[in-house]
Amino acid sequence: MDGTTLVVGDRKIASRLIMGTGGAANLEVLERALVASGTALTTVAMRRVDAATGTGVLDLLRRLDIEVLPNTAGCRTAAEAVLTARLAREALETELVKLEVVADERTLLPDPVELLDAAEQLVDDGFTVLPYTNDDPVLARRLEQVGCAAVMPLGSPIGTGLGIRNPHNIEMIVAEAGVPVVLDAGIGTASEAALAMELGCDAVLLATAVTRAADPERMATAMRLAVEAGHAARHAGRIPRRYWARASSPDPDD
Amino acid sequence: MQVWINGAAHELPAGARVAAVLDVLGLPGRGVAVAVDGELVRRADWPATPLVDGARVEVLTAVQGG
Repeated sequence: MDGTTLVVGDRKIASRLIMGTGGAANLEVLERALVASGTALTTVAMRRVDAATGTGVLDLLRRLDIEVLPNTAGCRTAAEAVLTARLAREALETELVKLEVVADERTLLPDPVELLDAAEQLVDDGFTVLPYTNDDPVLARRLEQVGCAAVMPLGSPIGTGLGIRNPHNIEMIVAEAGVPVVLDAGIGTASEAALAMELGCDAVLLATAVTRAADPERMATAMRLAVEAGHAARHAGRIPRRYWARASSPDPDD
Repeated sequence: MQVWINGAAHELPAGARVAAVLDVLGLPGRGVAVAVDGELVRRADWPATPLVDGARVEVLTAVQGG
């Protein structure tokens, strides 16, 4: 199996690290971080056009040959999310969508009822849906059943950097999933990205951990290496945990 | 007639089409999408879709996020 290629729907994505663009101080810093991360797929948000912001982030992603993954960030209802996804498809000419339907600003946790409703509508409308979901194995299964191309459970709430708070749930989602599992949200540092991959996730999606790090380019490098290392370790077959020590050097009496 | 473009009031001649909104904003057609009163208007339909007085037009593009 090719270690670096992530397959989502009928798409081959050349990196298991999906990046976000939110939080970067400016486009120059973002560009260096994206290049260092080795990402091949990166999220953008849809907002009202503003002469000041322009379409700089799109131009940047096109220049770096990074595929665009529009999100529905800020949507609270299925109806809002479906409209935002359709606008994104029209503006960006992609059927990929990171579906986000959050319940409130304080937690930014997904609203499972609205999320599942929106996912079903978008799949029916021909989208390749990557839903940002809770670390709930039952909801992940339901999202797969309605036709999502991946499931993207959170490690912890968006932007918290609290890592993976419920590794066992992530393992259960991985064990049951027939589509790629992408650990999305909560990653703070490289060891947590590696853990996500060791738990069996197919990819990691992160933004804040890199864009708000003191040195985004260096942290992006760390994340690239962590995702590669975690993926290799997962598939290398780790040793079983033992209670007592087991010498790794020969017995002196032999 | 008056239409609301991204929340701001604009005067447009009666019978103006959706395509006129892009001219008002001075935008190229690429990388943006338009919704009128909560419904997507496809790019191909911009020249022919008339706006009505009081229409709420949203013009969106990709920004840093996620």
